[in-house]
Amino acid sequence: MGQITLQGVQKSFGPVHIIKGADLDIADGSFVVFVGPSGCGKTTLLRLIAGLEDVTGGAILIDGRNVVDVPPAKRGLSMVFQSYALYPHMSVRGNIAFGLKMAGVARDEISRKVEAAAATLNLTPYLDRKPRELSGGQRQRVAIGRAIVREPKAFLFDEPLSNLDAALRVQMRLEVTRLQKQLGTTAIYVTHDQVEAMTMADKIVVLNAGKIEQYGSPLELYEKPNNLFVAGFIGSPKMNFITGEPAHQHGAMTIGVRPEHLKVERDGQGGWHGTVSVAEHLGSDTFLYVDAGPQGMLTARYVGELGLSPGDKVSLIPESARIHRFDDGGKAIRA
Amino acid sequence: MARMVTTRHKVISTVAAWLVGFLIFFPILWMVLASFKTELEAFAIPPSFLFFHWTTENYVTVQERSDYLHHALNSIIIAGGSTLIAMLIAIPAAWSMAFSPTKRTKDVLLWMLSTKMMPPVGVLVPIYLIYRNLGLLDTRTGLVFILCLGNLPIVIWMLFTYFKEIPKDILEAARMDGATIGRELIYVLTPMAVPGLASTLLLNLILAWNEAFWTLNLSTLEAAPLTVFIASYSSPEGLFWAKLSAASTLAIAPILVLGWFSQRQLVRGLTFGAVK
Repeated sequence: MGQITLQGVQKSFGPVHIIKGADLDIADGSFVVFVGPSGCGKTTLLRLIAGLEDVTGGAILIDGRNVVDVPPAKRGLSMVFQSYALYPHMSVRGNIAFGLKMAGVARDEISRKVEAAAATLNLTPYLDRKPRELSGGQRQRVAIGRAIVREPKAFLFDEPLSNLDAALRVQMRLEVTRLQKQLGTTAIYVTHDQVEAMTMADKIVVLNAGKIEQYGSPLELYEKPNNLFVAGFIGSPKMNFITGEPAHQHGAMTIGVRPEHLKVERDGQGGWHGTVSVAEHLGSDTFLYVDAGPQGMLTARYVGELGLSPGDKVSLIPESARIHRFDDGGKAIRA
Repeated sequence: MARMVTTRHKVISTVAAWLVGFLIFFPILWMVLASFKTELEAFAIPPSFLFFHWTTENYVTVQERSDYLHHALNSIIIAGGSTLIAMLIAIPAAWSMAFSPTKRTKDVLLWMLSTKMMPPVGVLVPIYLIYRNLGLLDTRTGLVFILCLGNLPIVIWMLFTYFKEIPKDILEAARMDGATIGRELIYVLTPMAVPGLASTLLLNLILAWNEAFWTLNLSTLEAAPLTVFIASYSSPEGLFWAKLSAASTLAIAPILVLGWFSQRQLVRGLTFGAVK
């Protein structure tokens, strides 16, 4: 079991409020990603759950028990750090076994569990190596091995893939997701990378300036962002925001249209007219940066190749069902 | 072409390094050579380098005139004792400053260092008087105490920088893994800190062994370490170069051997952090 509930959790360092009251329900076995720009408090929130920082206010319940006064080791959670934080003087075996050794598990059971964890993570040939003799990806796997071997109530991941190169990151992303599904253990994963968040999460928590902006499944966040911040943060390239007259026509202060929801037509009629200023040709897609006069600069995504180049005139027609409307406070207007 | 330049460059820098090394080593070599000369040959002009009448009589005289072993034992006790006590105080001090610093940590560190900027002779009279009144003059306890205090700032600073190098993440990982403070110390921190601890210990041992100001001023015979033993050969009756050299050679021999065997550790310790 690994159900985690946050009730009005607050954290301040002196006069600085890092977490301004977080309420959250994380269901057992789910994969939850905390995402947000740097400095939004996502790592702090994770460390509060881990017990590496003390809360200033509020309660953290793990399986219904308030753990704010429980030391990290007794919370039954394990953590994977961004820097891997392996013990440099211990072999891979020693690193994975350390937690079990501290828990006083019998020697033969430790070695059985370590072997099993190593096999799951393809680390068996490296068990007797030191961390410095491993590549980045292998080190990360050792860190994950150290986390899974203790069969915790939940895994806490603190930007575990950000030190890896792009190709390895994609591969490890898959491995972590697969492993979590296979083990069925609750996981909380911190990242600033919204692609990681969208691809890995069952549910995403979008944090901004110490506040939870929205909590929901990746598609919920994509399709129904609660406010301007979430709308702009989730999705790549970023959603286009248009203010002024075109927004008023839709009865909103601001409207947002995602680049993929703008229909691009060469010299077309209707919609918004503009001039292509930059065209990025990826083969599968074309990203167009269009100067659309009163609507400002708009980004549009065209699937395939349209053969446009800078200076060409285009018209952009937003899908009317996909126009997001926001009031003057930046909150979504739901019809 | 580039290859030739590199080879020539290599040869030149190797020769230069040997030259500088020899220049630094020369006084010690000269001292050792002088210790095997007769008093007359020791200050003969022009000096003879290798072709002189080799003799060990200086060592015999030195051993007859003064008790080398007595002074060596004092040196070991004073250098070893002051180092051990300094380490015992410095480890927890550096520890707390590295891992749970407060607003004043920087100030405390600077203040400790500032005590090393004061010339020791400035406090010689008060310390001498305090020692006289407490009956600590010419006692090993007194010397252990003063050398320990004198080196403590350096020891704390060195350990502080080593501890600072240990990533906080690793300690947190150990805490998440269920290690108590004690076990974290034994299984994680100490093994990681050993190179730092070893080089601090060695350096402090060498500093304490070579310390001459306080040992010369606060001891005469009973507690006198090897520094006093050497100094006794520079007497009002004259300078006995050969005997002084013999005494000095005897005095530096143990620390030279120690340094020789631990030089790798020392260099690694002193460049810790700078070269990873």
